[in-house]
Amino acid sequence: MEFKFFYHFGNFLLMLKGMFSRPENMKMYWKQFMQQCVDIGVGSFGIVFIISLFMGGVTTLQTAYQLVSPIIPKSTIAQVVRDTIILEFAPTLTCIVLAGVVGSKIASELGNMRISEQIDALEIMGINTKGYLIAPKIMAAVLMIPVLVAIAGFLGVWGGKEAGVLSGIISSEQFMQGLRQEFKAYNVFFAMAKSYTFGFIIASVSAYYGYNVNGGALEIGKASTTAVVVSCVLILFMDYALTAILL
Amino acid sequence: MIELQDIRKSFGEKEILKGVSTIMEPGKVNLIIGASGSGKTVMMKCIVGLMGVDNGKILYDKQDFTAMDEKEKKVIRQEIGMLFQGSALFDSMTVEQNVMFPLEMFGKGSLKEKKSRVAECLERVQLKEAAKKFPAEISGGMKKRVGIARAIVLNPKYLFCDEPNSGLDPQTSLLIDKLITELTQEYNITTVINTHDMNTVMESGDHIVYMYQGQKQWEGSNKEIVFSKDQKLNDFIFASEFLREAKEMRQLELFKDGKWREQLKKEQDGK
Ligand SMILES: Nc1ncnc2c1ncn2[C@@H]1O[C@H](COP(=O)(O)OP(=O)(O)OP(=O)(O)O)[C@@H](O)[C@H]1O
Ligand SMILES: [Mg+2]
Repeated sequence: MEFKFFYHFGNFLLMLKGMFSRPENMKMYWKQFMQQCVDIGVGSFGIVFIISLFMGGVTTLQTAYQLVSPIIPKSTIAQVVRDTIILEFAPTLTCIVLAGVVGSKIASELGNMRISEQIDALEIMGINTKGYLIAPKIMAAVLMIPVLVAIAGFLGVWGGKEAGVLSGIISSEQFMQGLRQEFKAYNVFFAMAKSYTFGFIIASVSAYYGYNVNGGALEIGKASTTAVVVSCVLILFMDYALTAILL
Repeated sequence: MIELQDIRKSFGEKEILKGVSTIMEPGKVNLIIGASGSGKTVMMKCIVGLMGVDNGKILYDKQDFTAMDEKEKKVIRQEIGMLFQGSALFDSMTVEQNVMFPLEMFGKGSLKEKKSRVAECLERVQLKEAAKKFPAEISGGMKKRVGIARAIVLNPKYLFCDEPNSGLDPQTSLLIDKLITELTQEYNITTVINTHDMNTVMESGDHIVYMYQGQKQWEGSNKEIVFSKDQKLNDFIFASEFLREAKEMRQLELFKDGKWREQLKKEQDGK
């Protein structure tokens, strides 16, 4: 893979700039946006459901394994699980998975439209294809991915509780008590800030690679792989940057 | 009217269009013919602005298209209908929705009017029964016809068709040619067609541009073409024994019409 950072970054910014123009027909853009919301939100709910339950369960078991001291109350486990999930696992892990699910879908959809000249056909009708195809995807991702992350947070904590109770580590009451200890609303804000950022990265980077495919069907596969890899790397990088800045 | 002035286009070192100039008039079917790989598709994409030209001007009714910004181009493009070589149908939509799409985006009027317009266009390409099918479920020739229906649904002022009848059986092919000719005359459209179909050339070529190695090798009407002495053109058009015979027949036929005697004389004098 060639590494032409400034070339891609410049083109990426131009693509974002190109999205801004008056929609030719607001109703059609709205329809497209709704369609994307359903695709991204409902389409990836299943996988988010599964990973967040297990992620919560594993976090509880591991925390219990590490906190063996008798002077630490059991409820602390719940507190640690809650914070780990809200701060890191729900936003970052979910978004890494979504980069695979949503990112590859966006990149291959646009890539296919590009090589089969569907994008040209839209362009010839006098439609701003960046505005019509890319902007609704980015907006839908920025709206739906934080929702998915929030759901993942709840499910993760719930999965953690169930795993703790099922394995006899902690009682349901102790867990609920721990959840309420030293709860900081700022953590939720932090998680949301991360998920907005990640949502934007996933949709815009994948759209960039998909929209600019040229060549044949083989290139679509390459573009979606690149889109997923680049999104993941950027997510991890921004995860670190945001943590350093906001926490 | 579309006017090309000295259009040049290269991909890297390779020069595909080496300075092409011509005028495409409204109400006429303008054909671009030439061997496979001679740059017909590239030329069409340059005219509609999907590819930038390296040099030269393209004028749509005297307005310089090459000098326009995106916003002005969009206005011209809303008057363009185009059929792509690979049809380029939206594969997430049914045939009906494909044809409906430009109407939904730009059309005025009620949903009922739009629906009846779609039905009318599908009727004209004889595809009414396939309205609910997806592009993946229909044949290549049917896709072409859907592409044509989508291109004409907004009554364009300029119509571009990249090989509208390749992959069609002779009968359907003729039907498409007739449809395009009718529309062109009925609505005074400036129609540009890429083709290597000899039927199209002889039946509907009001104005023919023959492209050879990136240059305009010959230009004229389907009446003039049978009298042309251009060797390259003759090798290309009248490639088989059958077509050469057809050419002679056509010459005789036109010859009965007095005017063509002068034309023949002019050609033979080496005009
Ligand atoms: N995007 C591109 N990049 C580089 N070269 C290209 C590109 N598009 C076309 N070409 C080259 O331009 C030349 C002309 O191609 P074009 O598609 O215009 O041919 P054509 O006349 O339409 O042929 P056909 O009748 O087979 O459709 C070919 O040699 C092709 O390799
Ligand atoms: Mg071609």
